Amino acid sequence: MRYLPLTDADRSAMLDVIGAQSIDALFADVSPEHYLSGPLEGLPTHASEMAVERHMRRLSKMNLAAADAPFFLGAGAYRHHIPASVDHLIQRGEFLTSYTPYQPEIAQGTLQMLFEFQTQVARLFGCAVANASMYDGSTACWEAIAMAGRVTRRSKVLLSSGLHPHYVSTAKTMARFNGDEVNYSEPKLSPAGDFVELAQAVDGEIGSVVVQYPDILGRIDDMTALAEACHAAGALLVAVVTEPVALGALKSPGEMGADIVVGEGQALGVGLQFGGPYLGLFAIRDAKHVRQMPGRLCGETIDAEGKRGFVLTLSTREQHIRREKATSNICTNSGLCALAFSIHLTLLGEKGLRALAAENHRLACRAADRLAEVPGVEVLNEGFFNEFTVVVPGDARQLVRDLAEQGVLAGVSLGRLYPDGDRRENGLVVAVTETVTEEDIETLASALEEALA
Amino acid sequence: MNAPNASGWKPGTPEAPAGESGIQTVTGNRGLMLEEPLIFEIGGADTCGVDFASPLPLAGGAIDTPSPNPSRRREGDRLGGLARTEPIGLPGLSEPETVRHYTRLSRQNYAIDCGIFPLGSCTMKHNPRLNEKVARMPGFADLHPLQPESTVQGALGVIDELARWLLALTGMHAVAMSPKAGAHGELCGILCIRAALEARGDARSVILVPESAHGTNPATAAFAGYAVENIPATAEGRVDLAALKARLSPDVAAVMITNPNTCGLFERDMKAISDAVHAAGALVYCDGANFNAIVGRVRPGDLGVDAMHINLHKTFSTPHGGGGPGSGPVVLSEALAPFAPLPFVRKTEGGWELIEEEDGIDAAPESFGRMTAFHGQMGMFTRALAYILSHGIDGLRQVSGDSVLNANYTLRSLDGVLDAPFGSTGPCMHEALFSDEGFAEGIATLDVAKALIDEGFHPMTMYFPLVVHGAMLVEPTECESKASLDQFILALRSIAMRAKAGDESLHQAPRLAPRRRLDETLAARKPVLAWNEADPVD
Repeated sequence: MRYLPLTDADRSAMLDVIGAQSIDALFADVSPEHYLSGPLEGLPTHASEMAVERHMRRLSKMNLAAADAPFFLGAGAYRHHIPASVDHLIQRGEFLTSYTPYQPEIAQGTLQMLFEFQTQVARLFGCAVANASMYDGSTACWEAIAMAGRVTRRSKVLLSSGLHPHYVSTAKTMARFNGDEVNYSEPKLSPAGDFVELAQAVDGEIGSVVVQYPDILGRIDDMTALAEACHAAGALLVAVVTEPVALGALKSPGEMGADIVVGEGQALGVGLQFGGPYLGLFAIRDAKHVRQMPGRLCGETIDAEGKRGFVLTLSTREQHIRREKATSNICTNSGLCALAFSIHLTLLGEKGLRALAAENHRLACRAADRLAEVPGVEVLNEGFFNEFTVVVPGDARQLVRDLAEQGVLAGVSLGRLYPDGDRRENGLVVAVTETVTEEDIETLASALEEALA
Repeated sequence: MNAPNASGWKPGTPEAPAGESGIQTVTGNRGLMLEEPLIFEIGGADTCGVDFASPLPLAGGAIDTPSPNPSRRREGDRLGGLARTEPIGLPGLSEPETVRHYTRLSRQNYAIDCGIFPLGSCTMKHNPRLNEKVARMPGFADLHPLQPESTVQGALGVIDELARWLLALTGMHAVAMSPKAGAHGELCGILCIRAALEARGDARSVILVPESAHGTNPATAAFAGYAVENIPATAEGRVDLAALKARLSPDVAAVMITNPNTCGLFERDMKAISDAVHAAGALVYCDGANFNAIVGRVRPGDLGVDAMHINLHKTFSTPHGGGGPGSGPVVLSEALAPFAPLPFVRKTEGGWELIEEEDGIDAAPESFGRMTAFHGQMGMFTRALAYILSHGIDGLRQVSGDSVLNANYTLRSLDGVLDAPFGSTGPCMHEALFSDEGFAEGIATLDVAKALIDEGFHPMTMYFPLVVHGAMLVEPTECESKASLDQFILALRSIAMRAKAGDESLHQAPRLAPRRRLDETLAARKPVLAWNEADPVD
């Protein structure tokens, strides 16, 4: 029991101080019928570090790691190279094993990092203020819808058909319980998104319109006119970014008039991790709405000697002060993932992020052009960043499973995300990041040629 | 290198006065206590700590969208005419500068690796490094959540194995693994309750929550559309069963109870509470934040609980990381199991299956839906499972025993020094609760907490629970040796004596930390939430 420092002699001496006969006696408030007098039967007892490592390694070997295959999955989670120093730094015990910075005098490291993170996110999104992070992109998205409801005092929501279907499901779950009316239809396999239709549909009852940029099919649309339509109707435009690296190449949603910009920050520094923990990004274009924001905010101030320092602030919005009147029930956020994101973005800087984005786009263009040469394959997108949709003759779900058997992780089939048909079962979303090589692209194209022949 | 602001505070702010030692330095650094500017003050638009295979374009330069076959090139560029033209404003640092920046920042943090972190309700226990190693195995860390099932069998196996442990330890029927943290788990449990009540056509509007509850409880209930009412407590710090029974009526959907409660006490009447709640047609939600006190000794399922979240980042030692990520699986009774969110893992003869939207409505007809993208905090599952396997069932039982022993030792060692409002009624669980009773006029709990910082400790939780005046909630956890506890008790005893004697110098604490007390009023009155070169600090 290597994690327990007390010796039996310590325990005995401490029980003497307490005046108790045994540790069991300290549980006197538990009625005997509900107190387990010994270890539960049928469960393993303690194990050595080596034995646990062996067991976990055996389970890990039952998985096909992304690095061991030509890999093209995206759809809300992206594989990028993470510099070695990122993981080294987030494993420093002073970051890894610290708590929420409620005692700011001895938490300036975390607080200054969060202040830097908030500034990086705000700039990337073209916004005035970002918070200190949410759980992930999907929960940040429903928090944005909830915030828009508080600001506009309206309960109708329009979700773009291009929004990630898991984000849609999450928003619908919340709507079912809080009374919001959510309007949504699944995407059509067409090169154009639905921003024009959304702009026509927005009216004086709509609280928010939610769009994704680039969207679930990899399409990119200008949201400027939609933002104007929203503002004319008194609604807020919420933009969701699931691939922040795209903003190294693309205009930010804030520049185009989005009011709340949320996102999934996993792509920078965090890694795939089979879906979590990830990093919810949350920012607003106009600081006037800051008191309606959810989540922790870090702000600059001075200490009693006049030195600059940082604290968690505006906490009267939060549950530990406001209880049932809080803007959200969120408490724990994704601090360590925010640190990883911030370090990766600091290593990249302006120049590196743009280079990384350019490299992603270059390779994605190569891949789209090569796959378009495969007989039967059609590239849907006119515009894209590092992810696009191809339409194949059969059920792409089965195609993906078959290619996985050959050791090729070909992409995300739309049939997995949208169980209902309307040709979506023919869709395959292919992501191409800097981790993909020219050889990988050729392997995928050849495998598709063979499978579709 | 080119740090324009090596002292760490902006030009124009007052000169730092000489510190406690009376020695002034030109850099603002004091030996190993190092000041560090912001990345925006030391980084540059043209500095980059990453090399690329292909040449770097100039910042702000055009993005190449090549095509090997020009005939395929469509109208305009392939970024939809939306190529970024304006600078983002992101500073870059080289790798050595980056490592140094964050290392210097890290040294301004207190952490469990540095010493006792007795933050009540938060369970700051040792984070074993084996768990970090395991979580980083490529077969777990480098997996995409939407890979075909055949390529992620081991990951689904981890989720299933952890789920089985959680069910065995809690005596419950099913578990929802996807909630991202404790409060998200609370929401999951309350949504299950709401879905179950709706399924039987029983609309109820009120959730009862004790005054001593974590703030997340009422916030969650309100977020899920319920009105929140307080349950009164007895003078002993426990739920008033008679008052609760009197309030139960057909409008009550659920009761949210923390057990052990936030006063550090076990709710002796828990089973009777559950029976009364069930008899009234309502359900019992248990906040499992304090599960560490009873793991391996009490199963909440035996006490009639219908739903309980488990903070893997508390009881099962996944690191807190400066405020997250957490993980909040929710164990459910048989009555609530059908309403659990998507997705979930099911073991079959051929291996493990992930049940999600793809499987159609028949796979989970009563599920209330999805709470988050993907499948939950996998990186926390691997760590928690490694922790559980390391301890085994015998070790986990010792965990709860030692955590309760350490808390009671702390409580009794401060008898006669600090007022323990519930200290005379018997042993506490894993937290020792004190009040500010007996402090001299003008000396507050905050002063005691800040004085602990000067002694080299992280303070306990202050002013929570709200039901105790000037509350100080000490949770040592099982990871403290007797020597470590004795040193902490020595410091707290000495500071408490100063507080009782009216030592005004306590208002000045901390004096020896990287910062003195920070002006939180200024921060809230004039919020500066992002760096801007033009912002003055005044």
